[in-house]
Parts: sequence; C-alpha cells; structure tokens
Amino acid sequence: MRTRGFNKIKIVGLLIVFSVTGVYCQSGMVKITAGTYTPLYVDDTTDQSVDVDAFLIDKYPVTNEQFLEFVKTNPKWKRSEISLLFADNSYLAHWKSDFELGESVNPNAPVINISWFAAKAFAKYKGKRLPTVAEWELAAMADESEKNGYGNPNYIAKILKWYSKPTPVFLPAIGSNKPNYYGVYDLHGLVWEWTADFFNALVTGESRGDGGINRNLFCGSGSIGATDFKNYPAFMRFAFRSSLKANYTTSNLGFRCAKDL
Amino acid sequence: MKSLKKYLGLFIVAALFTSGLFIQSCSEVKSTELQKTIEANLTYAPYVPNKINRDRPAKVIVEMEVRELVGRLSDGVEYTFWTFGGQVPGQFIRVREGDEVEFRLHNHPTSKLPHNIDLHAVTGPGGGAVSSFTTPGHTSVFSFKALNAGLYVYHCATAPVGLHIANGMYGLILVEPEEGLPPVDREYYVMQSEFYTEGGYGEEGFQPFSMEKALDENPDYVVFNGSVGSLVGDNSITAKVGERVRLFVGNGGPNLVSSFHVIGEIFDAVYQEGGTSVKQNNVQTTLIPAGGSAIVEFKVDVPGEFILVDHSIFRAFNKGALGKLAVSGPEDKTIYSGKTEDKLYNGIEDQLGAIDRRSGKYNNTNRENYVSKYSSEAQNVDYSSLAEAANSSHKEESSSSVSDIVKMGKRVYQTTCFPCHQSDGEGIANVFPPIKNSDWIEKNGKAGMIRAVNEGLSGEIKVNGKSYNNIMPPQQLNEKEMTAVLTYVYKQFNNSDETVTAEDIAKYRAGKLMAKK
Repeated sequence: MRTRGFNKIKIVGLLIVFSVTGVYCQSGMVKITAGTYTPLYVDDTTDQSVDVDAFLIDKYPVTNEQFLEFVKTNPKWKRSEISLLFADNSYLAHWKSDFELGESVNPNAPVINISWFAAKAFAKYKGKRLPTVAEWELAAMADESEKNGYGNPNYIAKILKWYSKPTPVFLPAIGSNKPNYYGVYDLHGLVWEWTADFFNALVTGESRGDGGINRNLFCGSGSIGATDFKNYPAFMRFAFRSSLKANYTTSNLGFRCAKDL
Repeated sequence: MKSLKKYLGLFIVAALFTSGLFIQSCSEVKSTELQKTIEANLTYAPYVPNKINRDRPAKVIVEMEVRELVGRLSDGVEYTFWTFGGQVPGQFIRVREGDEVEFRLHNHPTSKLPHNIDLHAVTGPGGGAVSSFTTPGHTSVFSFKALNAGLYVYHCATAPVGLHIANGMYGLILVEPEEGLPPVDREYYVMQSEFYTEGGYGEEGFQPFSMEKALDENPDYVVFNGSVGSLVGDNSITAKVGERVRLFVGNGGPNLVSSFHVIGEIFDAVYQEGGTSVKQNNVQTTLIPAGGSAIVEFKVDVPGEFILVDHSIFRAFNKGALGKLAVSGPEDKTIYSGKTEDKLYNGIEDQLGAIDRRSGKYNNTNRENYVSKYSSEAQNVDYSSLAEAANSSHKEESSSSVSDIVKMGKRVYQTTCFPCHQSDGEGIANVFPPIKNSDWIEKNGKAGMIRAVNEGLSGEIKVNGKSYNNIMPPQQLNEKEMTAVLTYVYKQFNNSDETVTAEDIAKYRAGKLMAKK
C-alpha cells in the first residue's frame, strides 16, 4: 500500500512537472511587461523616451538545430539557392552543407551567419516576429535582479567585457549565462541579435521627427545628441546595427523572436 | 549586377584610352595624367616603408585588415587589442603627395564589432570614416587624393571612439612631399599610446579595459609601439656612429600628450606636429599631441644606448614609456668622455658626524663608532634560524615549483628592476651597480636584498670593487613578487640555488633575519 501511494504521488508529481515544462517548451517565451525605453540618440523635437507595450520574447536565441529544421521544411532558404538579395555569401557558411550542420557545429549553439530576411522568414514560419529595437533594448536593460540594470555599473562593465572580446571560433550553447530579471537568457554575452527595425537605430518611434538625425556620426561627433554618454554598450550596439544591411550575415549575429500578447 | 559593373568599367577604360590618344596626338602628356597603379608596401613598427622614388603621382592601393586579438601588453599581462593589420600600432602607410589612394578596409569575420578608419591625411567628411564603416566579415573600399603632405595619424572612429582608440586602433600615414624628404641613413616608426586596464601596472593575467580609468584619463600603461618592452632589448632600434636617424613619431593617445625626448641626444631638426617644414633646430623635447605626430632627425655621434622616453617622466619610469636606440661604433672622447674621475665627497656632515643611514638623521657619534656598531650587529648572526628557514623553504618549494617562481621573478625583474640594473644584470657602469655575480649580494645576503627592495638603498656602497653612490627607491612589490624576484636574481645572476621565501620576509620583518658577514 505504502509503495503504491508513493508511486501515485510520484506520478502526479511527474505529470505536474511535465505539464509545466510543456507549457514553457511550447512557447519558449517569456513576458516582458510594458515599460519605457530611452533611445541612445534622440531628436530635440521628439520626446526622449518610447513607450513599449507588454510583449513576449524567446527565452533563448534561435539555435542551429531549430534553424536547420526551418530550412529543411522551407528549402528555398537553403544555402546553395539563396539569392544574394536576401543573404550575402557567408549565409550559413559555418554549416557543412545545405541540410547538414557538420561535426564542428554545436546544434544547440545560436545560429549565426543569418541575414535579416532569413531571420524574419523563420519568425513568420513560427507565427512570431522579430523584436523591435525598443523591445529588445527594454528586455536587455534588465540585469539578474532588476528591470533596469543600467544604474548598476557592474552590469555595464560586464556587458562591455563581452563586447571587447573577439568572437570565439566555436560558440557555446545557449543558456550558459544566467537568466535576467524576466528569465531571458543570453541577451548579452553570446551573439549580437537582429531586430525588426535595425536600420532605424536612431528612430525614436515618431518617424516624422527623425529627419534631422545623421546616421553617420563618427569620432567625437558620435556623442552629439546621445542621451547617455557613459553607456558604451549602447553605443556599440548602435554602431553594430548601423553597420548592417538586411542581406548581411556575420559570424556573431543571430536572432530571437518576439510576439504580441 | 556584376556584369553591369564590368561593362561600365570597360566603357570607362575605352573612353580614357581614346581621350588619352587624343591628348597625345595634340600635345605632350602631362605627367599626372598617366597614372601607374601600385600596391602600397605596409610595414609594422618600428620599420618604415622605403623612400618613394617616383617623380609623379600614382594610384596606390592600400589593403588593411582589422583584427581583434588577445595579445601581450607586458610580460605576463594580456589584453584584447583591436588592430589595423594585427599589431599595435597599425601598419605604416607611405604615399606621395598627389597620389590617389584606394583604401580597402577588411574587417575580419571573427571581429565582434564594426570598424572604420579616419585618416587625418584625408580631406573629406570623417576623414574616410563614413565611407569605410565596415561590419565584421565585410570589406569597404573608398578613394582619396593625398592633397597635403605631412605625417598623419589614422585611427578607428566608430562610436564609442575612445574605446576603439584605447584598444589599439591607430597608426601613421606619411604623405611624402613631392620633393621628398632629405636623405637620412635610418628611418624608424615609433608610436606612443596609453592602455587603461582594470589591474594596476604589471598585474598579471588577462586585463580587461577599465572605462573608469579611461574617463579619468589615468592609464596604468603608457607605451611605445603597443606594449611594454617593444622597443628595448632585442627589439631596440639601431644605428651606427655618424649616421643620420629620422624618427616618425606618432601619438595615438587616446588622452595623453607626449613630451617626446631621447636621452643623450639633441634633435637637429624637428618637423613639429608632423608638418612639412623644419620649425626648429636643436630641440631637447618635442610635444606631440594626442592624434598628432612629429618628425625628428638627429645625427648620432657617439656609441651607446640612447633611451627614448616620454619626459612626463613617471610614465617612462613606472608605466612603460621607454624605448632604446643602440648605437654602435668607435667612441669619440672629445664629444663624450665617459666618467674620468670618481673620488670621495663626504659633505659637510662628515665633519659633524656620520649620517645614520636607517633613520636618515645625523648621528652624533663619530664615524668610527657608527661603523663598529653595525659591524658587530652583522657578526651577531643566528645561523640556526637561517638553516631552519632554508629547510622550511625547501619544503614549500615542492608545492609551487621553483621554475614557476623564477618565471614570475623574471617578469617582475623585467618590469621593475631592468631600467637600472639592466636586463643582463650588469647595471650601468659607475651609475647603477651590477647585481650579477655581486659581492654585495654575497656579503649582505637575503636580509640585505630584502631591505634594499623593501626600504630602498642610498649612499655609497661598494660592489665588486667599485664605488656607487646613488638612490634606489623602495619598490612597491607584494610579498610574492619580492620572493620571486629575489630568487630570480640569485638563480639568474648569481649562479646560486638560494631561494627567498615568504618565511624569510616574515623573519626579516620580525628582525630575526640578519645580514651575513
């Protein structure tokens, strides 16, 4: 009797565990509550901050394995047939072939060498979309314990340390960093990530007000109009985004998806 | 797209050809209209590409690759450098006034960040920065005409620009004037810059960038050619007596202004701020702004070692801003005699009484008393405690290997001791005593060495039969560094298996470790 009772409890317990993880597995997403994000560059004529509605974001960046599954079911996105308009020559260059990762690629590492078009197509296939810059930045503001970690100099220093290191030859698997306040992993410390409106890195949300902003600010003039001179990581993300075109692929740029609530 | 470009190219070539023929048939071809295309020969510091021998401009293609790599900042200290061409400073570019330069900037696929290049020699927005902005794994191409001759700094200008420069992204481009520069025998490339590391000077291991120190403009490293020691020892630049030397000196900053000076030389000519005319002759120290340059020329008349420094001198002594020009050849005693005499000078205090070396105060007893007091103390050695210390130190060694300690000692030596005692331990004749095969070390033993390092040493001492009268300041070393460097000095320079251990230092501090006779 006793043993059977225990077994029952065990089974019920297992069921609960399965159903809970099942919910997470299915969506793999977490909710980011509504908030405001202050862009690095703003125009005098617009408000300084952007209101962001609550949304869902992937817990992890998209992996090689997940992207391979996408390419297999959507073969027009395979490497050998992609048009240069949609992805440049290094598209999925780290894979062994169109449908094989090869031994040197960790299936659980974030997928890289992905163009914006390819990332967008993957998101659509999954019934999701790419996060906007404002959404991504809002989620990435959080450190391990707070929604806004930018007040914590250690947080900025930690991100800066990662930005200052060259890309490793073999990327580690997703989830090896600690999750942030919302339970999102790897927003910092693994790969750069595409955003839906990457090209409008300067856009404040009110596109009519953005006419006066010059994207090509270099050297000392790079600080003209910046809202936070000390947020070097933000400058670096801005610089990275503005160096891209939608068909570009690089060996440290991946993505994750978002979804409306 | 590609084939369209090809056709367009053919069309242009054809058009040029016909117009060229036309001009030729009408009048003489101007030298500037028939341009040769050549690839620029780029060099790493301290070397400079050969003088340009063309009498007309050309189209010059410069290929440069941006790499982000972990490298050596000092012995035992690593840093992530962002580089033009894989080294700091970036490759030296030499073109001629009027050249059309086609710049191809490649950003290696392993780069974490986009980069660009702002060449101060460019006339145009951003000095090329806008046109050369390149994401990892891509190449940007742009062209400019070298309108102004001079020696110019180039650097990365991607936001945040300070960080890109602080991590090593700078170099020099010389736009040689049409008429060329006066002939010299040797040309070298020297570039000063600072590094802002989380750990202090010499702190071992990988050192991340410190944003706080950068904003405070308070670097731990000020160096020539990208790292501590990159211009000393085997890497010294060289010349022979009688030769004329030209240094192309740049300052990458990012923050500090350099007071550039060569110890024991006078610059015969200085092209101030990297301009094209000699603004001053007979200069001791020339000021080089951050993001600026200077060309200095001098003839070397006597042999010896000439030390390049930033004469903001703590940077040279404590932060790494040292280089060496080794000049070989016959001596000329009429120009420099060397030391001709060395005699005792005891000062007025000798008549009043000896100075107590330990307290630095006048000692009222006479010199004889002073001497006898210390010699009796020295005879009072507790040999049994020494033997004990030696035994226990041998036990300790088995846990951390002697070779590791010696390795660390070498690093400490080469960051702290070598400016005076030299890398070979021979010191500098009549100025700094040798610590190689030194009878002073033999006589004074561990206690003497620990005292010298810990408290400094001043006043006259005799080493291997010669007198030295100089000041050794106390060294800022922790216990581990002290044991390592002293063990290294024993092993490397005194052919001794003696080790200095933490226990020795503890005993010394407790007053139990005395100098041997």
